[in-house]
Amino acid sequence: MKLNKNIAVSENGFIFNPVSGDSFSTNPLGQEVIRMMKDQKEKKEIVKAIAEKYAADDSTIEKDLNDFFQMLLSYQLINEHE
Amino acid sequence: MTKLSYERPVIQKLNTGMMNKFGTRTEYAPVSHIEGVAVKDLIAKYGSPLFVISEQQIRRNYQNALRAFKTRYPKVQFAWSYKTNYLNAVCNVFHQEGSWAEVVSIFEYKKALGNGVPGNKIIFNGPDKSEEDLTLAVQNKSLIHIDHFDELYLLIEVVQKLQLKASVAIRVNMDTGIYPMWDRFGFNYENGQAWNAINKIMSHPELELNGLHCHIGTYMLSAGAYATAAYKLCDLAINVKAKFNKTIQYLDLGGGFASANTLKGSYLQGSDIIPSMEDYAEAIASTILNFGFKSADLPTLFLETGRALIDDAGYLLGSVIATKRLSDGRRATIMDFGVNLLFTAFWYNHKISPAQDFSHHTEDMVVYGPLCMNIDCIRESVNLPLLSKGDQVVVHKVGAYNMTQWMQFIQMRPNVVMIDTKQEVHLIRNKESLETMLRYEEMPAHLKQVNL
Repeated sequence: MKLNKNIAVSENGFIFNPVSGDSFSTNPLGQEVIRMMKDQKEKKEIVKAIAEKYAADDSTIEKDLNDFFQMLLSYQLINEHE
Repeated sequence: MTKLSYERPVIQKLNTGMMNKFGTRTEYAPVSHIEGVAVKDLIAKYGSPLFVISEQQIRRNYQNALRAFKTRYPKVQFAWSYKTNYLNAVCNVFHQEGSWAEVVSIFEYKKALGNGVPGNKIIFNGPDKSEEDLTLAVQNKSLIHIDHFDELYLLIEVVQKLQLKASVAIRVNMDTGIYPMWDRFGFNYENGQAWNAINKIMSHPELELNGLHCHIGTYMLSAGAYATAAYKLCDLAINVKAKFNKTIQYLDLGGGFASANTLKGSYLQGSDIIPSMEDYAEAIASTILNFGFKSADLPTLFLETGRALIDDAGYLLGSVIATKRLSDGRRATIMDFGVNLLFTAFWYNHKISPAQDFSHHTEDMVVYGPLCMNIDCIRESVNLPLLSKGDQVVVHKVGAYNMTQWMQFIQMRPNVVMIDTKQEVHLIRNKESLETMLRYEEMPAHLKQVNL
């Protein structure tokens, strides 16, 4: 799962797309997911990492991640999602 | 190791230049308790969705309203508007406080009798009163408010047959400067119809014209309209005295006082624009007091306000069934309650609060109900925390009309509980079951067998 090139991510969760000029904000878990994406982590690994740290089951995390990736796609921050 | 609490990841596009001077607070502050009772405990015991009524809030509202009027006018009598909420427990809180009953059908009339209201303390309004209904009302010495000439002539036949006198009033409709003007109920003031009705009543000694009644609208945002209404009723009363030497005993200004709910399409919150109870009281009381009645002839002021006394005493608790994305990327949250239970969602933007803690991150979302029907929408656009399946919410100010106008469509109606003044919870209406519904159905013999 890769963020598009040129996408700038600040430490406190702000995201900037220089191609479209759009800015975005994320909540703490959103920031973690973005960080893991920048570290080239696969979806399965991201689910596992979240499940180890947070009180949620795998299927809930997977559903929410799918929704999150769908939004990244619609905001043109990633090019493909599954 | 204890795991951290989970809140799903979200990303939101930042928009500039969208500031709104009418901006409303985002509702992420949880409402975890109602009158000191935990929402999660209520749902665990009585199920979700669940209507909750605060007895304390009803009594507080009633006492505030009574104070507002009694400090301005010497003779005031409230009558509880049954159609607003006719659960017997609710009615009896009002009756314990001193309210009479105001009913608009024989069903409500019999409910009031069953609740222990004496017949002569029941105001019988509405356009639908049969000969049988009128007979009962005359025998019980109820206050019959006549809606149209057909009812007036029928009542004359009834009292002549019974050889009894009836206590009557006429409902008067009028132009009070507000739109829409309600002219479908009662007799019109401006075109002389009301006066024709009075003449007819006064020509029948078996009819005792004791009152004049109006109900000028609902969710009235102008207290001044009540001053106009009171003025026109006073004018009729003074003229009845002048022409027939008959003292009108009471003026009934009806109801229609607004609650603090926010109407759809309103830029400002309801609580910021509605008149206070004192505003309504001042407009009505000062008009009557200044009209010129002799002290002995000063009429009693009857009030039938419903919505303003019960709306904020009612809550609807519910749970999230699912969340999803719409085609345009908006979040949709599906609740286990819809317009079947929350009929007032058609005209109010009800405030919805989460019942558990969330971070300050919120999403704009559409809130749908569970009905498989496109119009089942509770809020078209509302900012709420990151709700997930199973989260609980509290809908505020739902005490008026929802528990009388609710629909048994697809789903069955849920439990209703009342929290008393000592924070004890009482079940006041049992949830419906399949058996409740099937009790009223009949199957023809030839349709009993199905072979598929």
